[in-house]
Amino acid sequence: MRDFWTRFARNRGAVIGLIILLIVIAISVLAPLLFPQSPWRMVQRPFLPPFENPAFLFGTDTLGRNIAAGLAYGSQVSLIVGLVSTAVALLIGVPLGAVAGYHGGLVDDALMRFTEFFQTIPSFALAIVLVAVFEPSIYSIILAITVVSWVPIARLVRGEVLSLKSREYVEAAVLAGQTNLVIITRQILPNALSPIIVLASLTVASAILLEAALSFMGLGDPNLMSWGYMIGAGRTVIRTAWWLSFFPGIAILLTVLSLNLIGEGLNDALNPRLARTGR
Amino acid sequence: MQFAAFFGSRLLKAVVILLAIIALNFFLIRAAPGDPAAVMAGEAGAADQIFLTQLREQFGLDKPVLTQLWIYMSGVATFDLGFSYRQQMPVSELILDRLPATLLLTGTAFVISLAMGIAGGVLAAMRVGRWSDTLITTAALIFYATPLFWIALMAVLLFSVHFSWLPSFGIETVGTDYTGFARLLDIARHLVLPALTLGLFFMAVYARMTRASMLEVGQMDFVKTAKAKGLKNGVIQRRHVLRNALLPVVTLAGLQAGQMVGGAVLTETVFAWPGIGRLMYESLLQRDYNLLLGIFFVSALLVIVVNMLTDIIYRLVDPRIGAA
Repeated sequence: MRDFWTRFARNRGAVIGLIILLIVIAISVLAPLLFPQSPWRMVQRPFLPPFENPAFLFGTDTLGRNIAAGLAYGSQVSLIVGLVSTAVALLIGVPLGAVAGYHGGLVDDALMRFTEFFQTIPSFALAIVLVAVFEPSIYSIILAITVVSWVPIARLVRGEVLSLKSREYVEAAVLAGQTNLVIITRQILPNALSPIIVLASLTVASAILLEAALSFMGLGDPNLMSWGYMIGAGRTVIRTAWWLSFFPGIAILLTVLSLNLIGEGLNDALNPRLARTGR
Repeated sequence: MQFAAFFGSRLLKAVVILLAIIALNFFLIRAAPGDPAAVMAGEAGAADQIFLTQLREQFGLDKPVLTQLWIYMSGVATFDLGFSYRQQMPVSELILDRLPATLLLTGTAFVISLAMGIAGGVLAAMRVGRWSDTLITTAALIFYATPLFWIALMAVLLFSVHFSWLPSFGIETVGTDYTGFARLLDIARHLVLPALTLGLFFMAVYARMTRASMLEVGQMDFVKTAKAKGLKNGVIQRRHVLRNALLPVVTLAGLQAGQMVGGAVLTETVFAWPGIGRLMYESLLQRDYNLLLGIFFVSALLVIVVNMLTDIIYRLVDPRIGAA
C-alpha cells in the first residue's frame, strides 16, 4: 500500500488530478451549505458580469441566477451520474466478462457478438435516442450512459480472465477442488483488479462528458442544474455574455482532466513492471 | 479466392449487425411515448376515432408484433424509414437531403485530425522529454478532456465574434448567389471552424496513440539492428519505426467512425451546419421520433460501411493480417 502511494505520488499529474477531484467532491458535498438558496432562484439582476460583485463571483445568467451556485450544484449531477453509471456498468460488465472468459463457449460467443454490435453503433447517437424515448430524467440518463459504457469493461475483464485462467495457481485451485465461483472471485478477479480500476476511472470521466453533452442537447433532467444545461442555456447569448457558457465548460474540463490524470497515475502505480517509456 | 471468402464473411457480419439495429430501432419506436397512431394523428392535426383506425391499419399497428416487425424491416430494406408528420416529408428524403453536408464535415475533420494527430505524435515521440514533447502531450491531454460543444462555442466567440475572421453559422452565406469557385470558397470558409472543432478531439486521440506506439516500436529488436547497421536516426524513425507504429493508429481511426458521428451531432448543432446531426437536434426539439430513429439508423449504417471498408482496405494493404 505504501509502495502504491509512493509510485502514485511520483506522477506529478496524478497528484494534481487527485487534488482537483477532491476539491470538486468537496464543493459538491458542501453545495447546500455554500449556497443555501436553490440554484434556480433569481438573486440579482440578469447578466451581471463576473468578478464585479464578490457575492456573485462568476456573475449571473439570463434570469439573474447565481452561476457559482449552478456550478456547485452541477458538480453533484456530474459526479452522481459518472459514479452511478460506472458502478452499474461494472456490475454488468465484470460478471459477464468473467463468465465469458472463464467458460468460453456459447456465453463467450454471445458476448463477443454483443460487443461488436455496441462497438459499431454510434454510442452518443444511441444515448440520445434512449434518453429521448424514455423521457429525460436522471434515471434515463444513467441508463443510457450505462448501456454504452459496460461493453469495454466486459471486454477487458474477458481478456484478463482468459489470460489468467491458465496460470499455475488457478490450476492448483482447480486441483484443490475449489468451485468455479470461488476460483473466479478469489483467484482470478483479484489479479485482474488493477486494469479494471484504471478503466473504471476513465469510464467515470467519459460518463461525465456524455452527461454534459446530453444536457447540452436539451436532454438533461429538467429538475437538476447541470453543467451541460448551463452551457446550452447560455449558448444563445454567447455573443454578449460569454461567462454563462465559459465557466461551466472549465468545470467540466477540470473534472474530466483530473479523472484522466488519476487514471494514468493509477496505471503507473498499479503496474510498476510496465514502466512508462519516455519519462 | 481467399479474399472472396473474407469479403463474404465480413459482409455477413455487417448484415447481422444491421438487422440487429433495425430490430432495436423497431422496439424503440414502440417504446416512444404515446400510441404511435395517436401521435401521428395529433401531428396530422386530426384525432377522431375513424382516422386513428385508418392509421393503425395503414401502418399495420393492429397486427401482431412480429408481423409489424416484418413490415418495418421490409420497409427499411427499400429505404422507407417512415413519414415525418412534423416536416410533412418522408424521413428518408429529409435525411438524404442533409447527408452530403455531414459527409463533407466528417470527412474533412477526419483527414485533418489524422494528419495533424500523427504529425504531432511523431514530433512528440522524436523529442521525448523535451519542451515540444511536453507541449504536445499537454495539449492532447487537455483537448481529450474538453467537451466538444464547448470548444465549438469558444471558437465562435474567439474567431467569429472577437476577430470576425470566420463565419460561425450555416454552410453558405445567406442571401448571396455565388456560383462556381466563389461558392466553393464560401463553403470552405464556413467549413473551417466546424471541421477544426470536430477534428481537435480526434487529433488528441491520434497524437497520444501515435506517440505511445512510436515509443513502443522504438524499443523493438529490429530497431536496434537498424541502429547497429549504422543507419541515421531520421531514416530509422521514418522507415522502420513510423511504418510499424502507424498500424494501430489506423485501426483505431477506423473504429472511431461511430464517435465521429456523435461528435458531428454536437458540432452541427452549435454551428447550424445543415447535416443529419443538426437534423437530429431539430427532431429532438420537436419530439419527432420517426425522424430521430431514422437518423439513428442511417448513422449506424454509415459507421457499418466505414468499418467494413476499413477492414477490407486493411486486408489489402497489410498482407500479414490475411495470414493470421
